[in-house]
Amino acid sequence: MAESDNHEPVIVFEDVAIAFDEHRVLNGLSFTLPYGETKVFFGAAGTGKTLILKLSLGLVKPDSGRIFVLGQEVTAMTEERLYPLRQQIGMVFQESALFDSLTVEDNVSYRLREEHMPEEEIAQRVQRALRFVELEHTLKMFPSELSGGMRRRVAIARAIVSRPELLLYDSPTGGLDPITSTTIIELLVKQRDVYHNSALLVTHRLPDAFTLATHRFNAEENRMVLVPPGANWDSRTSFVVLKDGDKIFEGNAAEIANSTDPYIREYLTQ
Amino acid sequence: MAALDHGHRDQMPFSLISHAKKNVLAVQEYALLASQSLANLFTSPRYIADTIQQGDVIGVGSLPIVILTGFFLGAVLALQSANELSRFGGLSYTGELVSLSMVREIGPVLTGLMVAGRSATGMASELGSMMVTEQIDAMRALGTDPSKKLVTPRVVSTVFMLVVLTVIADLCALVGGYMVAIFKLRLDGNQYWSMAWQSLGSGDIIMGLLKPFVFGFIISTIGCYYGISARGGTQGVGRATTQAMVSASVLLVIVDLFITQLLLSFFPFK
Repeated sequence: MAESDNHEPVIVFEDVAIAFDEHRVLNGLSFTLPYGETKVFFGAAGTGKTLILKLSLGLVKPDSGRIFVLGQEVTAMTEERLYPLRQQIGMVFQESALFDSLTVEDNVSYRLREEHMPEEEIAQRVQRALRFVELEHTLKMFPSELSGGMRRRVAIARAIVSRPELLLYDSPTGGLDPITSTTIIELLVKQRDVYHNSALLVTHRLPDAFTLATHRFNAEENRMVLVPPGANWDSRTSFVVLKDGDKIFEGNAAEIANSTDPYIREYLTQ
Repeated sequence: MAALDHGHRDQMPFSLISHAKKNVLAVQEYALLASQSLANLFTSPRYIADTIQQGDVIGVGSLPIVILTGFFLGAVLALQSANELSRFGGLSYTGELVSLSMVREIGPVLTGLMVAGRSATGMASELGSMMVTEQIDAMRALGTDPSKKLVTPRVVSTVFMLVVLTVIADLCALVGGYMVAIFKLRLDGNQYWSMAWQSLGSGDIIMGLLKPFVFGFIISTIGCYYGISARGGTQGVGRATTQAMVSASVLLVIVDLFITQLLLSFFPFK
């Protein structure tokens, strides 16, 4: 926490509102993502979870309110000025959004080639990123030859290869079986605990988010382990619950577990 | 029932206004995309390799259909015109007729329509698929301007390749006409070529090269516009592809009329 005190917040939303065809999706949302922390957004489909990530990247502009990312006001920037900022952010899309005409290697190295990095360094970084997600053998394969879970892992490799300061995960476990979901969450825990990135995660799966808060990555065993009973859950992971365009809860894992809000209780009992 | 009718009448102007607004917005978005594709030529990064690759896809890929249609159209043009010219004893003018009509009008329009059918639809379906699978959003998120990476290379290569393809189509048409002239009409080959060549003035050559230049720009920007505007999954991509083909072809022949009128004021018929 001391580290986060020395840095300005990574993301700040100030009273952000947006509507599509007169349907208000976000009603004046405000939140702050401190440096080095992970914030998990929950909500049913259509509550604007993905929109929060796209707003953070400046892919979509809000109707009102201000958004600051890495100290820059995204809402006041032109598309041209946003490109350098986006190069400091890694995004994992819901359906992976890999370039289907490029191989895994070309997908992962895409950003590095755009930055005209030397080929040797590109090869090293791609190897390292694919080793991180344990998919080194897929280098020459095309996305269509991979399973859904493998595609998500390649998308994570593509997001982390340039060592971004901020990571945005859009339902990285959506549509996956429980075992593959756990593998993906383990990668998120590993990324958080090894590289100490700031991250926004949106999901409708509460168990995944709890796993994130209740586990730590053990580098010696190369797997995530449950925080021992009695020890505090990860204080760098917080939760926000959205309902009908409003934020109805913001707090840590213990607070959400003890919440008496009927909507949240319904979520918890699922 | 009366109330229902009244309500229906009230909705009509609103629906008309929103329809008109939508169309004005579409024209505005197309104009922005088209002007941006040209403005990108003067700013870095420039995607030379992508431009060459597109040149290969559009130019080399369209070569067989352009050669075939050019050859047979030239042959049929000679056949049809000979029938009429022989009535006035002007059979020897066959070469001039084929040459002038192909270079001034049929060559650019025919090649334009062929490339529109092949490339505008290809661009709309490729970019449309990328759009609906969030690959274009992913590209923006990775810090790449899709207008520079996807649109400008297609526009530059289409413009250049259409000019080259039109020249090839004109030549093939002259060869087709020559075959008919010597084998069917029993004309002198040298006379055919000298009539074909001498009839062409600088105005005809300028008109024949300027038209594909403009048509190439229309075909590529329309193809890219419909691709990038595609919404609604595979059905949306299919719709975008059809619309690109129809709009590019219709716009091409409309613009042809205006260019011809404009150029005729500079280079009138002899």
